[in-house]
Amino acid sequence: MSTSNLHVYVMAAPLLTAFFVNLVGRVSKAWIAPLTLGCLAFSSAASIIVLGRVMAYGGFSYTVGNWQAPYGIELVVDHLSAVMLVLISVVAFIATMSALKSTSQELPDQEYLFFTLYLILIAGLLGLVLTADAFNLYVLLEITSITTYGLIAMGKGRAPLASFNYIIMGSIGASFYLLGVGYLYLMTGSLNMADIAQILPTIGGGAAIATALAFMLVGLWVKMAFFPLHGWLPNAYSLAPTGAAILVAPLMTKVTIYLMVRVMFTIFSVDLLFLQNPAVQNGIVWAAALAIICASSLALAQRDLKRMLTYIIVAEVGYMVGGVWLANSTGMTGAILHIVNDALMTLCLFLAIAAILYRLGSVEFDSLQGIYRKMPITMAAFTVGAFAMIGIPPTAGFFSKWYLLLGGIEAGQWGYVVALLFSSLVNAVLFFRIIEIGYFHKDGEHHGHEKLAEAPLSMQIPLLISATALIVIGLGSGPLVEKIIKLALPVGF
Amino acid sequence: MDQIAALIIAKYNYWIYVTLMMIGFYAMIGKRNLVKKLIGLNIFQTAIILMFVSAGVKKGAKIPILDKHHVMEHGVNVADIVNPVPHVLMLTAIVVAVSVTGVALAILLRIYREYGTLEEDEILEKLGQ
Repeated sequence: MSTSNLHVYVMAAPLLTAFFVNLVGRVSKAWIAPLTLGCLAFSSAASIIVLGRVMAYGGFSYTVGNWQAPYGIELVVDHLSAVMLVLISVVAFIATMSALKSTSQELPDQEYLFFTLYLILIAGLLGLVLTADAFNLYVLLEITSITTYGLIAMGKGRAPLASFNYIIMGSIGASFYLLGVGYLYLMTGSLNMADIAQILPTIGGGAAIATALAFMLVGLWVKMAFFPLHGWLPNAYSLAPTGAAILVAPLMTKVTIYLMVRVMFTIFSVDLLFLQNPAVQNGIVWAAALAIICASSLALAQRDLKRMLTYIIVAEVGYMVGGVWLANSTGMTGAILHIVNDALMTLCLFLAIAAILYRLGSVEFDSLQGIYRKMPITMAAFTVGAFAMIGIPPTAGFFSKWYLLLGGIEAGQWGYVVALLFSSLVNAVLFFRIIEIGYFHKDGEHHGHEKLAEAPLSMQIPLLISATALIVIGLGSGPLVEKIIKLALPVGF
Repeated sequence: MDQIAALIIAKYNYWIYVTLMMIGFYAMIGKRNLVKKLIGLNIFQTAIILMFVSAGVKKGAKIPILDKHHVMEHGVNVADIVNPVPHVLMLTAIVVAVSVTGVALAILLRIYREYGTLEEDEILEKLGQ
């Protein structure tokens, strides 16, 4: 095991463990937690080593089965994918601590099935970040999606219906992406991203290439729930089992944003994307602004904390798509920093929801009355997450939003700037409403006389870790941007 | 008119794939029965598979199984063999499509057990009550 192929082990560990969890977990439940946490701890540690190596020596790649590129499949790590590797494995590790507890409550006796899918999903996400092959990316995208369909369908009540809707929408998205890959393959005869990028400038066929780009982008937008293609997300994420929502909500959309960046700048060029078609670039930033405003407004209409957050996730997708398409390095820095921050913010808020659900069984606004007195530690962490979502310094959310705002001003995209400010205000209203209900309202009638305790320690610890991470990353934003994110920007920025 | 006809005939495989894809798309969006939606999805995916496979075809070319010694002596004339890569890719895409269908059918089974119907309207009606 040398460090030059360590990134393959980062992905292989959860994949292999998934099978053991399925086999051993059938016999004895006691094995599930150590196996899952063990392999994710290994992945986290290994991915941090990979990041260190990339920082020191630059990117490197592994050719699977020793078939050389462009014919074989490469697994490449550069600065951006190393950051994503660390983000995914650490978020998954923290989420799992809490997911183990809430799954044992919600899905007793099905844990081995749940965690089999859960680990394959994590392996798929890690693989998405690593692959340098456009078709392999499609396969991994479907691996993550199919496992997510399964995980969501394990929820109660309407969850299977939401999952079926997600299957239809998700498959359309993936098929569009595949179609885009098909057009590219017909034009270039290659599937390796770097190879395609080298061939593209040498051939004509502007219309076919533009069609390929359009298909791939629309496909990924469906997968990341970019408004107005977001229809599947709120139901799917709010009806999923809590353990699945904790993992899927922070990571899935963010990884798809990463894929968009990867496809845009590794396969296509800045020249094709921004310089040749300024109208398209402009239009997409406006679409992102519209997405932010509409999704934030829809969030206002919700009476359930989980559903409200799913709409905020849709709005955040608008932030990042807009940031990427601003076409300047400030906006891009903001978008990539926001991928990291938003994953952690969403993780923190969903962990808080999981803790509340574990004790209360509901996160509707009415049942949250007096929650601050009952679960002070959980709600303190929730407040940190909420402040980050609003963008109050020194939490992490402020800094990425600041970069996005500056990028918007620099690009002269005032619609986007206004949308960002509007969304921050809406978030402030949304979260202060919950703080008001939870802190100032007298105990609700439903739960007034029950004595509610804090969530178990195994749910509080990950929650506190994620809340602390929000503040630490917020305070460390300067060095983080200078030392890591600046290097992770795509070529040309 | 002749030009359009010539264009359609010259690239008829692509026209077939577009038509099939639109049929599948219509079924997914327009039909209210969940199984029909799933079948629409299958047609949609099959259309893309057909596009890839037909792109690999060459007129009069043989299957891409080569004799090693023959190749080492005479080399390969690319025009004589069909391009195997799209076929291999689609083998994987078929596996993906089958898995999606399998998961979707399993979920439909659960929906049917829960609501006793697979008509979207009736399910929504039951949910409304």
